[in-house]
Amino acid sequence: MATYRYFPSLQNAALAALLGLASFATLAQSSVGLKGAPAAFNTECTSCHIGYAPGLTGEANWRGIMGGLDKHFGVDASIDGKSRQTISAWLISQAAKGSQYASASPEFRISKSKWFVRQHDEVSSKVWKRASVKSPANCGACHDGADKGDFDEDRVRVPS
Amino acid sequence: MDRVLIARRLGTALVLSLMAGLALADSPANLLDKYKAEATAAGVAAGDAARGQSFFNNTHGNEWKCASCHGAVPTGKGEHAITHKVIEPLAPHFNAQRFSDLAKADKWFRRNCKDVLARECSAAEKADVLAWLITLK
Repeated sequence: MATYRYFPSLQNAALAALLGLASFATLAQSSVGLKGAPAAFNTECTSCHIGYAPGLTGEANWRGIMGGLDKHFGVDASIDGKSRQTISAWLISQAAKGSQYASASPEFRISKSKWFVRQHDEVSSKVWKRASVKSPANCGACHDGADKGDFDEDRVRVPS
Repeated sequence: MDRVLIARRLGTALVLSLMAGLALADSPANLLDKYKAEATAAGVAAGDAARGQSFFNNTHGNEWKCASCHGAVPTGKGEHAITHKVIEPLAPHFNAQRFSDLAKADKWFRRNCKDVLARECSAAEKADVLAWLITLK
């Protein structure tokens, strides 16, 4: 333990590292949908909306979205080429494959995917217009863990 | 290794990194100076806070104003006009991250000006807005 006598901060550093690992593991467990997101995804994509989990749609939609960021659903969301490549590669690698989620949709909108429309068919137009909801892009209004990729139906709470 | 030597080396490294940090750090005041200098070089007076406030709170041909998402006086949280995601305060006195990174500020000016004006903002327009934002305390 001679080393620790001279460098007591090493003990603290080791403890901090262990705690860091533990909290990372907890986070990863509850956010399967956004696991491994590159830093660029968090800085570039989540300023204006929650980070939509790549598994919510397929490669065709992600390519369409990432290919038109200067006209991103009516907003200029253009980013530098390197970030675009990094984010695209991750989205495509984690995109839905061979399931209902993988299908392309009008305007590449996840909210216009057949699965999305079907899953939300019991939500009345009045609910969508509530000030607490306002937009199908606002997943977090009802899906508390949406920003972590958690859309578990048991945890849905529609706000009044 | 000798502990005094280690301490000296750590001290030198600390001083060097602090100096590098100071040289690289962007601040709202630095950014304002830069935008003002660009405007002056283009022969335009800039850095007028009252004009910045008016610019921020008016439309410029498109549907949105800056205030549509940031709020009329952006000392508190705003809300994205489409997604309704919370936008942290824009006035630097209320959010230390704002205008602390030139590349980031330029990126957001470029994007958001295109949404509001259908073109990029001039250096004078950026200087006016930033001059006003800095006055909010």
